[in-house]
Amino acid sequence: MSPESSNANGDNDFRRIVTIWIVSSVVLDLLYWFLVGPHVPPGRMTSTAKDNQLDFNVLLVIALPVLIGVWEWLGFAALRWNVKRKGAPESVGGPGAAGKKSAERSWIVITTVVVLFLAVYGTIELYVGNGSGGGEGPNPILQPAGAVKAETAAVAGTGTWSPNSNEVLAVQVIAQQWKFTYRYPEFGGFESPFLILPDNTEIAFNVTSLDVIHSFWAYQLEVKADANPLENNVAFTKTEQLGNFEVRCSELCGIWHGSMFNSGKVVSESAFMAWANATEAKNAANTKDLPPFAWTYVPDANGAAGGYYPDGGVTPYSPVEIYGSKQPS
Amino acid sequence: MSKGGRLTSVVALFLVVVGLVVWAVASLLTPGVPGGVVNFTNTQAAGQPVHLTVQTVGSIGFGAHPTWVSYLVKDPKTGKWVHDTSWELPAHTVIDMTVYQYDSGSPLRNQEWGQVLGTFGGTATLNGKTFSSYNSNTGNGVGHTFAIPTLNISVPLVGVSGNPCAVAPCHFNSPHNVETFSFKTPGPGSYNWQCFVPCALGYLFGNGGAMSTQNYMGGELEVVN
Repeated sequence: MSPESSNANGDNDFRRIVTIWIVSSVVLDLLYWFLVGPHVPPGRMTSTAKDNQLDFNVLLVIALPVLIGVWEWLGFAALRWNVKRKGAPESVGGPGAAGKKSAERSWIVITTVVVLFLAVYGTIELYVGNGSGGGEGPNPILQPAGAVKAETAAVAGTGTWSPNSNEVLAVQVIAQQWKFTYRYPEFGGFESPFLILPDNTEIAFNVTSLDVIHSFWAYQLEVKADANPLENNVAFTKTEQLGNFEVRCSELCGIWHGSMFNSGKVVSESAFMAWANATEAKNAANTKDLPPFAWTYVPDANGAAGGYYPDGGVTPYSPVEIYGSKQPS
Repeated sequence: MSKGGRLTSVVALFLVVVGLVVWAVASLLTPGVPGGVVNFTNTQAAGQPVHLTVQTVGSIGFGAHPTWVSYLVKDPKTGKWVHDTSWELPAHTVIDMTVYQYDSGSPLRNQEWGQVLGTFGGTATLNGKTFSSYNSNTGNGVGHTFAIPTLNISVPLVGVSGNPCAVAPCHFNSPHNVETFSFKTPGPGSYNWQCFVPCALGYLFGNGGAMSTQNYMGGELEVVN
């Protein structure tokens, strides 16, 4: 085959490849976006879950054309440019492309644009989503309006929350081997093994541990924060849909780690108010025996309590200090 | 090696590998019958409550870890105390549980476990007196809890003064508390139960040793139809 006819074949193949690529990318991206996208985990129960679903869909819509392009090129290489085939044309991107400035420029520009776009997009999403449901440590730099006020009031014991108030609800997540429990500072600081949340509300999860490192992972809420002893790890989300969700520990924490899960529920604001008031009243006898609400608690490193184990070599704490009174600044 | 010898070696190695794969797959797919499961099915007429009696001791006194704290259960068929923490129970059945608590107590690390949760009426009895919450900072504190986390059942087991019973099973002449409560088993499945008091002497945060070893302070409820 002459070089001229080879180049002509190459140009034709290139045009074919680009045409097929554009058409199939647009079709598949649209099909994915409208048919699959709305059902992609983690769903749309919270603002962070919704954002996460959007991010995943954006990534996939960008990744699909790349995938299609690679597969298409492979298909052409295997079927059309196969050297074993009689009269096979020279491959596009083969030796003939060496030193072709337009190909080099296209490659550099496209990959740079894709990577920079994703970096900027991801950073913006992290900011807009107030940390995207991830634990931000004890002093979060990204937080919804009203969070500082609500958190300050919660630890001072003066926090309030009511339906339609648009106030941030502080919820403390206490991890211990091998169960999560939850304290509600706006409702007298009662503690419960049930995680119930009001709909349409900004939630500030304050995650800590009484023993080893755990990780609070409410998958459908798209909230995940490590639970460290003596640390308050704060994560934010806004509930936007009623429904059930699961909480799991995602840090290997011992023999019953696999059983460290529970289900939670997003209910209407009025239903939450009714549940919280009822539980506050029902748990009143136990709540008065709980330590004062604090962001972190000091467990005794040696056992159940100070003085319980005489050979531990640990100075016994008073019962109050064991759980509750020490609050690192 | 001759051609025949090489062939024989290859075939033999191949058979060994196939055998190992078959054995591994069969082991994974065949549910093993766990040893030491105390069977409480067929111990009562259909629809009647099952009586489950356990005791907690400060030190088991025998076996590989004689100093470890442990639960024991009364075998419904022989009436003897046995050191097994996996119990087979009928589904959708009321379980009347009696706990003989022979161990001392302390303030709870998390007083949340001072509450009685998930039992009928949200209550238990302590030496005949009904209670729904126990302040572990008072009296002898709480020695252990009986909890089934996935069913949100938890009962504090109030401690006794001292721990004179050194070898299990303990007998009624040792100081003890008697607690009773009832709950209903769910559908068939495996549900772990555990103590939430970090009571493993000498281990970091008290959750190693007996707390992290099957057959001491935790086990499985095998609920069957």
